[in-house]
Formats: sequence, structure tokens, C-alpha cells
Amino acid sequence: MTPAGSLLVAQDLHKTYGSTPALDGASFSVHPGEVVAVMGPSGSGKSTLLHCLAGIVTPDAGTITYGGREISAMSDAERSALRRTDFGFVFQFGQLVPELTCLENTALPLRLNGVRRKDAERTAREWLERLEIDGIAAQRPGEVSGGQGQRVAVARALVASPKVVFADEPTGALDSLNGERVMELLTESARSANTAVVLVTHEARVAAYSDRDIVVRDGRARDLEHAV
Amino acid sequence: MSIGHTLLGLLESGPRHGYDLKRAFDEKFGHDRPLHYGQVYATMSRLLKNGLVEVDGVESGGGPERKRYAITDAGITDVGAWLAQPEKPEPYLQSTLYTKVVLALLTGRSAADLLDAQRSEHLRLMRVLTDRKRKGDLADQLICDHALFHLEADLRWLELTAARLGQLAEVVNP
Repeated sequence: MTPAGSLLVAQDLHKTYGSTPALDGASFSVHPGEVVAVMGPSGSGKSTLLHCLAGIVTPDAGTITYGGREISAMSDAERSALRRTDFGFVFQFGQLVPELTCLENTALPLRLNGVRRKDAERTAREWLERLEIDGIAAQRPGEVSGGQGQRVAVARALVASPKVVFADEPTGALDSLNGERVMELLTESARSANTAVVLVTHEARVAAYSDRDIVVRDGRARDLEHAV
Repeated sequence: MSIGHTLLGLLESGPRHGYDLKRAFDEKFGHDRPLHYGQVYATMSRLLKNGLVEVDGVESGGGPERKRYAITDAGITDVGAWLAQPEKPEPYLQSTLYTKVVLALLTGRSAADLLDAQRSEHLRLMRVLTDRKRKGDLADQLICDHALFHLEADLRWLELTAARLGQLAEVVNP
């Protein structure tokens, strides 16, 4: 796989927790608008890879370049700013703010970027409509179903027009019908906005929504298209 | 799939010509493999011989005669019995993949590479089916889901086997 034209490139990442190596020479790249599934057995290091790529965890060795800038060379403040402006996140359990309504949750990344409430909520409402859940805008996360909550999380991840969405087992807590719908909406929305998606999953049916997949085994990422 | 039983089942809602039967079959079940006219007429004459259908009328126009078929009581009973009979589950005990993995280990080739290549091929087909499902109607979705669940089961086996390769190598090469 050539990193030419890639948006985000990781090379030879190493990360150890205590004496346990989580990443042991992992490389990865994603192009703008591309959906890449990161697969592998439990404990293989796929979540650590995602956290390193997203600038949440700093690798012990190796480089991560985003849009030509090296993430590991950035200050904490720069990395936080990058996560706010260029990255979106979807986790297994939506991780919505329980006190805020679904509309306010969706608008949150825009508000944190300094967008005025009225404008932020107008954009957020458009995303809720796109994800077919505008009917729950005024409800709080505790009052909606798991599938609806996860769609709110997808809307929140995409609302600030990020360049990359990191999704860690986004359908892990959903039944298959809801999970498939969330994947459809996530990938369709991301592709139409030219947003790249890094999708960590152990489910092949979820990975089948991607354009390409890599397998992480024993902390090493392997590009399946060139496996043999 | 039993074409005879499927055509009989389609006749239960009312008499049809052979051409209409083919069209109904293709529309509902023949997405990938439409019936040939020859298959329809051969099947209908067998059903006729066995008393499961009867000729309800014949139209003769400029072209060849067109028979209209109707299901008989015996035909209805036959469809009912077929639907009530569970299909024998596929035992999946003769696996080419298993043979390949063992042969790779026996001949000193990389079984892990073989499993990864197979995994990639399975996922490629799963992507094609997922895309078709996304663009298709409910029938497409159900047909593709059936295939996707089977492919997923294969993938789980590939994953499990990859995790047990060391163990298997010891058994194969004691």
C-alpha cells in the first residue's frame, strides 16, 4: 500500500502498556473519503492503533502524519484542537452527555469550536434529519433507544464536517438490524461528505461496509489486499 | 431448490401459462439464475404426468399452442408436504479449506498466508453483497443476508483456525 495521497499515515508504531506490547510495528494509511476497517481478534491492538491514530494515545515509537504534519510532534493543545476541528468519534456506547438533549449533544462539537448556539443547532438538526431521527431532537439520551442514541453519536461525529471519523465498534451494542442501519447511515454520510472513516470492528458484516480492511495481529497491522 | 415444487406453489394462486410461470419465478426467485423455457416445459409435463397439475385451457393463435396449467388437489397436498418438510441442514464436514490448511502445514508452506488470502476473498464478496443489499429491494436484502451470514460463519472459522495453527501444526507434523 502506498501512502501517496494519504490523509493519515502511521509508520512502524510501537506501544507497550507495562510489559505488554499492544503495538509492535503497526503501519496504516487512509485516503480522504475512504472507509477502512481495522479488524483483528480481541487484544490484538486494534483499539490502541485507533487511539494512536486519533492522537489520544502517544506511541512509544513510530510516526503518525496527518495532512503532512506529524501528530506526535504536536503539543497537547495542538492535538486537542486537531481532534475538535478535524476528527469525529463514535464509540460502542454512544457516550452522549446525559443532561443534554439529543439536539444539544449533536451540536456540541460545533459549540466547542465557537459556533453560535442558533447556527450550531440548525446544522445539528439537519444532521438529525439526515439520520432519520429528527423526532427525538428534544429528548435526552436516557429517553431514546440504543439504536437512536447511536445515530445521535454518528450525527455528532459528522456535524463539524471532520476529515476523519474514528469509529470503535460502533454497532457493538446494537442488534443486527439497527447495527446495519447505523453502518449504512455512517458510511453513506461520510462518503458523501468525503470524510474518511477508520472503523474498528471484529464483525465481518460490519467490515463489509468498508472500502478496504486491514488486520491487526499481535500488534502488527497487515494490509489484506497485499497479504500474499 | 426444487423447481417443480416452486412452480406448483406459484400455481396455487390461480392457473397460469408456462410463460407467466417463468416470469413469476424469475421475478421472485431467479435473480441470479433465471429459468430456461425448456426447464419450465419439461417440469410442467412431468407434473402433468404425475397428476399434480392439469391443463386448464389451450389458446391457439398465430404461433404455437399455449397451455394454461392449473394445480390439482394432489398438487396442493404435494406443495403442503414439501413446505412442512424441514430442509436437511448442510453438514459442512467436507471442507476444501481445511484440506488446504493441512496440506500447507504438511508441505511447509504458510498456512497463515493461505488463511489471510481466503479471508480477504471472503470479505471481498461480502462487500459486493453488502453493496447489492444497500441498493436492492427487500427480496435482495434477504437473499444477500442469507449469503452474508454463511460467509461470516466461514470467516469465524478462518479466524479460529488462524488462532489454532500452532496446535494444528503439532498434530499434522508430530
